[in-house]
Amino acid sequence: MSVVTPAEVRAVAWLARIDVPEDRLPQVAAQLDDILAYVRKLQAIPTQSVEPTSHVLPLSNVTRADQPVPPLPAEQAVRLAPDQRGHLVRVPKVVDVG
Amino acid sequence: MPVAPAALTLHELREQIAAGALDPRALLRDLLERISRLNPSLRAYIAVDPERVLAQLEARLQHGPRGPLFGIPITVKDNLCVSGEETACGSQILSGFRPPYHATVVERLLQAGAVVIPRANMDEFAFGSSTETSAFGPTRNPWDPARVPGGSSGGSAAAVAADVAIAALGTDTGGSIRQPASFCGVVGLKPTYGRVSRYGLIAFASSLDQAGPLTKDVTDCALLLSVIAGQDARDSTSAPMPVPDYLAALSEPVKGLRVGVPALPSDGLDPQVAAALEEAQRVLERLGMRPVPVELPHIRHAVETYYIIATAEASSNLARYDGVRYGWRATALPAGPARGGGIDASSAQRGLLPMYLQTRAQGFGAEAVRRILLGTYVLSRGYYDAYYLQGMKVRTLMKRDFDAALAQCDALLLPTAPTPAFRLGEKLADPLQMYLSDIYTISANLAGVPAMSVPCGLSREGLPIGLQLIGAPFQEAMLLRVARAYEQATDWHRRRPALAAAGTAR
Amino acid sequence: MTAYEPVIGLEVHVQLATASKLFCGCPTTFGAAPNSQTCPVCLGLPGTLPVLNQRAFELGIRTAVALECRVAEVMKFDRKQYFYPDLPKGYQISQYDRPLAHDGHLDVAGGEAVKRIRIRRAHLEEDAGKLLHDPNEPFSYVDFNRAGIPLLEIVTEPDLRLPEDAYAYLVELKAILRALGVSNCNMEEGSLRCDANVSLRPSGAAELGAKVEIKNLNSFKAVKDALAFEMDRQRRVLERGEAVAQETRLWNARAQTTEPMRSKEEASDYRYFPEPDLVPFHIEAAAVERARRELPELPARHRQRLVEAYGLSAYDAGVLAQFRPLGALFEQTVAHYPKPKPVVNWIMGDLLGYLNGRSQDPETLVFQPAWLVHLLEAIERGEISGKTAKALFVEALERQRDPQELMQGRDVRQIVDAGELERLVDVVVSEHQKSVADYQKGKANALMFLVGKCMERSQGKANPQQLKSILQRKLAEPREAVS
Repeated sequence: MSVVTPAEVRAVAWLARIDVPEDRLPQVAAQLDDILAYVRKLQAIPTQSVEPTSHVLPLSNVTRADQPVPPLPAEQAVRLAPDQRGHLVRVPKVVDVG
Repeated sequence: MPVAPAALTLHELREQIAAGALDPRALLRDLLERISRLNPSLRAYIAVDPERVLAQLEARLQHGPRGPLFGIPITVKDNLCVSGEETACGSQILSGFRPPYHATVVERLLQAGAVVIPRANMDEFAFGSSTETSAFGPTRNPWDPARVPGGSSGGSAAAVAADVAIAALGTDTGGSIRQPASFCGVVGLKPTYGRVSRYGLIAFASSLDQAGPLTKDVTDCALLLSVIAGQDARDSTSAPMPVPDYLAALSEPVKGLRVGVPALPSDGLDPQVAAALEEAQRVLERLGMRPVPVELPHIRHAVETYYIIATAEASSNLARYDGVRYGWRATALPAGPARGGGIDASSAQRGLLPMYLQTRAQGFGAEAVRRILLGTYVLSRGYYDAYYLQGMKVRTLMKRDFDAALAQCDALLLPTAPTPAFRLGEKLADPLQMYLSDIYTISANLAGVPAMSVPCGLSREGLPIGLQLIGAPFQEAMLLRVARAYEQATDWHRRRPALAAAGTAR
Repeated sequence: MTAYEPVIGLEVHVQLATASKLFCGCPTTFGAAPNSQTCPVCLGLPGTLPVLNQRAFELGIRTAVALECRVAEVMKFDRKQYFYPDLPKGYQISQYDRPLAHDGHLDVAGGEAVKRIRIRRAHLEEDAGKLLHDPNEPFSYVDFNRAGIPLLEIVTEPDLRLPEDAYAYLVELKAILRALGVSNCNMEEGSLRCDANVSLRPSGAAELGAKVEIKNLNSFKAVKDALAFEMDRQRRVLERGEAVAQETRLWNARAQTTEPMRSKEEASDYRYFPEPDLVPFHIEAAAVERARRELPELPARHRQRLVEAYGLSAYDAGVLAQFRPLGALFEQTVAHYPKPKPVVNWIMGDLLGYLNGRSQDPETLVFQPAWLVHLLEAIERGEISGKTAKALFVEALERQRDPQELMQGRDVRQIVDAGELERLVDVVVSEHQKSVADYQKGKANALMFLVGKCMERSQGKANPQQLKSILQRKLAEPREAVS
């Protein structure tokens, strides 16, 4: 039984900003479907009264003092970027708003 | 004929250097000579720049700290940041990236006086169990070049096995230190989550990742762990626990300790691996340890749980590779309307969106794309509860299993991998089969407990087999103690692959 | 025709007054050169990890307590995921289902009655960087200095009904935040930002209409104007029998209209999940209690006290409580010059007039209470004229000097000597015979003209009351006597 449709792969690829060509969607859907079919076995485990674990360590309240430290020099911060002008990082124009 | 320096263990070299019997320059030259000879076919390293490494040693000799690793080269995986050195996580998308900071573990190596050799090969972003997904080509297994070294720390494991590394650091998210250690016949340890700082470890799955040693023997493992372990103010998830004396723990007696033997799902378990494990258990019993049957009922769901949690976190951790601030950016954009789902063609043809879509489509390899899509899917609206939330709940159950089992024993004994090293290409086309090669290692990451792999046999084809010891949180010393006793009672760790022997009399 | 009722909610982002960013040690100084306040952590470089700023955490708790919120026993951080070039990690570290605080309220004076606006939640999050566009280029530019700046997002329930309510809420919230010292609330610097959402529903209906979110609101006035415009626009849409589209619109301050934001092709799906790089945070009841005990006097209480203790009008008390420096100046001045009426008049009149004239934020006022005391005492002793006092006050503000000091060695003292004033009047009368004649013919205005001339001649130092009576007396005398 397949659960992942090419349309869902298209939507997920868009959320992840990865270009997946239309003609590859069915193949990718089938691969994800295989894995998800396996992974879905998990849903049979009763967990109604189980708390989720997102941290295995019982650590809490880890903070740092509000002490400024010297930042990276701007030229060093910006030099890492594939494209820059002056001390600004340059990207192709943002066409979409937000 | 004297043993070549590169073939010695960390602790032997440490003694010789401290005694003035060995010049660290001679050691490094020997090592670099072996690398230049063996690495082109082995590809344990993505690249090594001998001049920079030699310069680093000179600097260390002149004004470096004379710590416990003084003058000794330590190899680090390509996902551990070394300031000023290219660190690309085995990926095209980070090619050319030179971090302006050290990973905390790298800093600790340097403080201990080590010479850091960067760029051990790895699966791209540690996504894999064979090192075949590296954008820089696969690493070969030193025991059989037609086989994989395991992964994702395959470069680190192969380098140690082939004596092109004295010792190495790898990282382990679901078995990425232990499984390659097992495949390459070396010792590998994944510390308790929080034992070692993750700062500067390029994240795969933040709640599972730990860096740890891959070494020629258990003593080296203890030595290297004691250098890298400890709390770090830059990592909120690093534990404020004191670091015990791991070297001292090695000589503690094991007589009377209880070894937990869990009932395991055995489908896919190679009979030779099962036999080696049974033999290992007998060795431990002869050493006075007592076997205790334990239950880990949810371990059969480890792979499913892992592939939800790990891919979800990975999809988020890899969102930063967008071609904006660092790394690689696609410049060749398709002329036609960009695809990728629901994008208004007029805006997609120019501007930012095609840059994003193509940078990420071209910059990531197939497995990275697959895991990002999977992780995005399980976190997306409508699926979160069924997948991610359920995964975290099963994780709770798995942690409880380990708590219960480890309350009844001092260490658990399991296989590291269900089989010895498989052939290159054998599982590449079948992601699920690849994932299943981590079936015995994954649960330790989910539960956050320490685990190590120790050589315990050779298959009929002459391939190494590893046993896995799993302990209670922060009980690395217990694992090292048991492993050391086992190692002393056997000689599996002394076996070297023919490839290594070809360059070294031993 | 159906009457519609507007339903308004506000989301305010407050920059917390910390020295370093929320999750790294970068400084937070405003106006630094582009990308000069970044580090591997806030640039989202691979392998870097966040560590929470303790002070931001404390300022968040302080604010939550002041807004009568329930502070969470356990809060955690989550990742809010979306792609944008100013968002370094591809996610914003924010709080989703376990925010710092929830269920608070803020009371604002709306018309006659006090309205209680419920606060739904307040949570900590990091700011994004800043995108710069050049309309003539196919590029955008990114400055990451703001990336990682600590923000507290304060979200109301949709309890507001009028644009004026929204305005009043924002004014009160800002006064509280400043009283707490948790933020400088400077809208120009982006340390206080507001998004509004508004929907209309038929009066009396229980369910809400389609919600429109308005962004790009750069001032409290913009919030009020944009809401008024949007309510009107939605009303007209509904009256045409059409449906209001649920969307995000941008306020265009120049055109005084809202405009639809280019709609996203797909509804956003932020895929929130717990931030694995940060641990949970437990907030002990004792810590909340301590924060409550340490709260400074809040504006509402301050207003009440000003009315009760000094007999101020509600309006004056409101202004003094809204701006801490004004309130402090008032109370400290009154402590040494115990006449509230003239003190408040100087503050509400001359001081506010001066500040408004220069568009200066009262929060930035620097003025010693002793200076105002000295000025008032000099007036009371009759040493300086009202006119001189006003001039000295402005000079004191501008030069940051004590008026008493300014007066020294200067001939600013008021002329009260009768002989001197007589001589002054004689000169002016002799020079303005026409006005004298006019006055004597019954033109009362001519007297004031002559007083003015006398003041002019004395450079404002003569006492106008005395002048007036001298003139009245002299002009009533037979003309011959004037020689």
